[in-house]
Amino acid sequence: MSRPIFNPQLTPLGDLRHLLGIEGLGRPILEEILSTAETLVDSSNGTTRKVPLLRGKTVANLFFENSTRTRTTFELAAKRLSADVLNINVAASATSKGETLLDTLRNLQAMQCDMFVVRHSASGAAHFIAQHVEPHISVINAGDGQHAHPTQALLDMYAIRKFKGDLSQLKVVIIGDLLHSRVARSQIHALNILGVGELVTVGPKTLLPEHFRELGARVEHNLDPALANADVIITLRLQRERMKSASLPGQDEYFQCYGLTQRRLQLASPDAIVMHPGPTNRGVEIEASVADGPQSIILDQVRCGIAVRMAVMSITMGNVERALHENKQ
Amino acid sequence: MKADRHYSPSETALWLNTMTASLLELTHGEQPVMLGVKTGGVTVAKHLYSAMELATPPGELNISFYRDDFSRIGVHPQVGPSHIPFPVDEQTIILVDDVMYSGRTVRAAMNEIFDYGRPNRILLAVLVERSGRELPIRPDVTGRKLDLDANQNIKLSEDFSLEIKQR
Repeated sequence: MSRPIFNPQLTPLGDLRHLLGIEGLGRPILEEILSTAETLVDSSNGTTRKVPLLRGKTVANLFFENSTRTRTTFELAAKRLSADVLNINVAASATSKGETLLDTLRNLQAMQCDMFVVRHSASGAAHFIAQHVEPHISVINAGDGQHAHPTQALLDMYAIRKFKGDLSQLKVVIIGDLLHSRVARSQIHALNILGVGELVTVGPKTLLPEHFRELGARVEHNLDPALANADVIITLRLQRERMKSASLPGQDEYFQCYGLTQRRLQLASPDAIVMHPGPTNRGVEIEASVADGPQSIILDQVRCGIAVRMAVMSITMGNVERALHENKQ
Repeated sequence: MKADRHYSPSETALWLNTMTASLLELTHGEQPVMLGVKTGGVTVAKHLYSAMELATPPGELNISFYRDDFSRIGVHPQVGPSHIPFPVDEQTIILVDDVMYSGRTVRAAMNEIFDYGRPNRILLAVLVERSGRELPIRPDVTGRKLDLDANQNIKLSEDFSLEIKQR
């Protein structure tokens, strides 16, 4: 048997301590997060429950990059776990006055924070922070550059399982700018770890290089045939700045080739679901009537995000506590 | 050191009969509902429910969110969510577990119940009450009291045989 590779996300016992990316996590860890999320939803009305698991803990939302949806659902998740929450808009605070990232961290540690939820435009930022925090702190990656957005991928897995059941029976198609998408990378890892039946990525050659095959996805550049028998269609946000670069001829042409329209949706399975990590560009990557249509679960994804983030926070914090307790003995 | 023991299903059936009789007496004239603590308590609750011929099948409680040992064992709610198929408000609830030891599980179970409403009263029924209480909580109905060493484990099987073994 080969020795497991060192993974900075895990405690010496192999439990999840930080959530930095999906890559390298075992299927049992992902399953544990998803089943914990299920128990946090009140089955009678579908809302997430308020529980005291993180009472006395302080969660700092460190957003070096703007995000409303992700920050808000992390904040709600922490509050439903009874934690205290600090929202720090780092872009507008000390770093703009020249304080280094490590100094900002040391200050927050001095304020007795227990968890950092980090969003940063640089890939690897959450790893960097995780390497420098004290042993009682857990770090959750809320999106780093083009690298990873693990909680988004997990909530998507939760939503897919909820609406479509067993992943091994499903064909999933991811459409759009995969090259720059941290969401897509995390989704591909998560889908493969959880044993998806068939995974196809579709996009223009400039935004979907052939090497995505190595991540474990089929690479296609022609959308219509790729949609045949699809059970899950994930559209990705097209970032406007890509339009200005040489990657794309223009918004209209992109929509013609890769926009998810009513006509195209009919090429997929009749009960296929449509997903989007948000925010959506209507008329660019998705037709408005599809985004608002009966097959769209875009708003359900947001709802699932709270339970999944609660699960991640309570599992990591619990494992940190347990590791500290065992060290003391 | 106290000896290990095995109780057969026919022995535990006697305890369950006593419990059924006591519960019927305590809830005379009422229509109680039953909640079993996952997972052992659910097995016992199902038996008592049919023995008492109650109208509503028992619900299931997952107490993970109210355990007081989060800092030692972390969160491990691997038993699935609570399932309470009836309104809790103004009910007489029979809370059922297989073994009561420190009383901490019962405290957590009551917290979980109150998330769903305000019952009129809660009765506690346990198949085995073992020595070692740490909280001021006592069962109303007990199948059998057992005086065991701290390193002895009780395991209830689906067929209601009971195994007492050194850890």
